Amino acid sequence: MAERARPLSPFLHYRWQYTNTLSILHRITGVLLSLGFLLLVYWLAAVAAGPDRYASALETLSSLPAQAVFFGLAFSFCYHLLNGIRHLFFDFGVGFELKTARASGWAVAAGALVLGLLVWAAVRAGLGGAA
Amino acid sequence: MSLRSPLRRVTGLGSAKDGAGHWYAQRVTGMALVLLGAWFVLGLATLGGATHGNVVEWLGSPGASALAVILVLTTAYHALLGLQVVIEDYVADNGTRLAVLLVVKFALVVAAAIGVLAVLRIAFGVPA
Repeated sequence: MAERARPLSPFLHYRWQYTNTLSILHRITGVLLSLGFLLLVYWLAAVAAGPDRYASALETLSSLPAQAVFFGLAFSFCYHLLNGIRHLFFDFGVGFELKTARASGWAVAAGALVLGLLVWAAVRAGLGGAA
Repeated sequence: MSLRSPLRRVTGLGSAKDGAGHWYAQRVTGMALVLLGAWFVLGLATLGGATHGNVVEWLGSPGASALAVILVLTTAYHALLGLQVVIEDYVADNGTRLAVLLVVKFALVVAAAIGVLAVLRIAFGVPA
């Protein structure tokens, strides 16, 4: 009799569901925010380099692709922030009940979209539409 | 019966050597970043225009400079801890994993150093 294939790792045979969607989104947004950190450093360095260098950096940051990146970062920031807080509650053993965990998961996803839009718009307004 | 050697038990370190410390630091930096992130986003939102003068006036004050330095360092550390876990989970080959980890850590340290020096330069007077 042929030997049955051994199960490999959970992610290869688990059913796709909201829990792992939220989890992988936390990782993806975390990685994106790490790239956003490089953008923050670039911006700080531009400010430190003086008005002329700052002005040209601002021009680069105002391009249309940059705007899209900023929206992605605003969403990632809000998602990672909200879901991070959700996980802090988990760490204290709070909110593990299926109903609660599902509700907080939806709240995080919806809240991240709304808050992400707000943050993006507010920062855009604060910077005078320049970024 | 424990399968761990007496030496391992006496040093109190698990298979990951410092898993609890890593886990704990990730959360402490995370909590700090909730506050620092909110401060930074609110600061950007209330800047009233992205002119060089506005930014320098904001980030050049001692309180804002201090928070900005802490923001840069905490973000770099939090990112380092998080990216390390992601890399360790998805890069299977030992050699590649070590190489990627080193590149990411070096890059984050360099970025953090540039960020801190930039904030200090803003704090102590940017050339006009």
